[in-house]
This record gives sequence, C-alpha cells and structure tokens, in this order.
Amino acid sequence: MKMRAKLIGDITEVKAIISHPMETGRKKDDFGQLIPAHFIQLVTATLNEKPVLEMQWGTGISKNPYLTFHLKGAKVGDKIVVNWQDNLSQTGTGEILVSAG
Amino acid sequence: MQRREFLTLLAGAIAAMLMPINALATAWNKTAFEATRLADATKNLGIGSEIASSEEVEIIAPDRAENGAIVQIEVTSHIPNTESISVLVEHNPTVLIGHFVFSNGALSYLVTRIKMAETSDIKIIVKAGDDYFTASKNVVVLENGCG
Repeated sequence: MKMRAKLIGDITEVKAIISHPMETGRKKDDFGQLIPAHFIQLVTATLNEKPVLEMQWGTGISKNPYLTFHLKGAKVGDKIVVNWQDNLSQTGTGEILVSAG
Repeated sequence: MQRREFLTLLAGAIAAMLMPINALATAWNKTAFEATRLADATKNLGIGSEIASSEEVEIIAPDRAENGAIVQIEVTSHIPNTESISVLVEHNPTVLIGHFVFSNGALSYLVTRIKMAETSDIKIIVKAGDDYFTASKNVVVLENGCG
C-alpha cells in the first residue's frame, strides 16, 4: 500500500493506493473461464489507533483502489493506519506518519 | 455415544470454531452489495424510499468517461453531523459501490475511483442523524468498465 498524509492548515489530507485486482467475478479470462470474484470488502482507517473512517466496498471499486480522505485535529507525527480485508479473507495494512504540508 | 449424537456434537464444535470468522463477515452488508436494483440496495442499507434531494451534497465526476473501469469521483457532504456516505451506480450489475462511515474528526469527504458498466446516474446518499439526503450526477460512459 502506498500512503501519504500531509497537514495543510488544520486539515490532514490522507491518500492511499492499495494493490488489489478487485475482480468482480463476472469477467472471463482468455480461455473463456470466469475469473473468480476477488475484492476488498472491509477497510478501516485509524488515527492514533482511533477509527476515523470505516468502509464497506463492493466489486464496483476500481482495480488498485484509490482513496483520499480528510482529517481534522491530526498533528504532525500522528500515525494513520489503513487495514483491509477481502472476500477471500486476505488482509493488508499500511501506515504513515502525518508530515507538514 | 451414538454415532449420530457424536456427529451433532462435532458439527456444533465446528460451528463454534467458525463463529469468530462469521462475526467478522457480518460486518460486510452482503445483501445490500449483491442487490441489482437501487431500491433493494437502499432498503438493505436501512434507508427509506423517500429521501430529500440536497444541494449540500456535492459530487464531482466527469460528464463523460472514456473508460468505465476507472471513474474518479469526489464527494463532499456539507450537511452538519454527516455520519456516512453511500455511493451507488444505478445501472451497474450490482448497484452499491461503497459505504463510508466517518468518526473522530474525519470530514465527510472522499475521493475514490469506481467502475461504471454503462451510462448512469451516480447516486450519493448521506446519513446525518436520523435523516437522509441524496444527490445524483449523470456520467456518460463510452466503454464498459465492469467486464
């Protein structure tokens, strides 16, 4: 996961890109076989271990999901963590410290 | 012990072992995400059918998308005490794209990229307290993004 968190004024802008195929289960491969569904379902973002954004995703989120969100009250050096879990129970995590914008 | 009783016990034990996994899975709203019609998706999100349109819900998305596989959207709710934002695409095979819940200082704002199968309205539903607000934005899709 690639992440960035910048404090600009009193708002922290957090950006994240997760590497994930986000397969819908409706697409066929070159041999005409359906590619099984494989997509992220649950994503949680925390600021210093407190949840700030809890997400449920479906197959309609694009491949390699991209996300920007804004936090108020975060300071330089605060830790932001993003955790995800997909429909095959695979998980991933990323973290970043807030930097001055 | 009868074989049947043993099997019942065994099944119970396995079910108990699987419980924590199931508890996690219920956090994902399967029925809402598998809904193919807008009304079914919103019903399964617990949203009533009568929702007020609001200009306080802002959607920035392209008027035309060359490739429906990646359509970037930016959503802002200017409604005080916004708790969640739901993103739906009316003409997608499954209409619910994502459900975003904000807390502890997260602003009711998000940017993400979504798939669109064909030309459709993007519908945003905002929850603030017990009230729901909605806004829509039409995007013309030139190439199917759902495959």
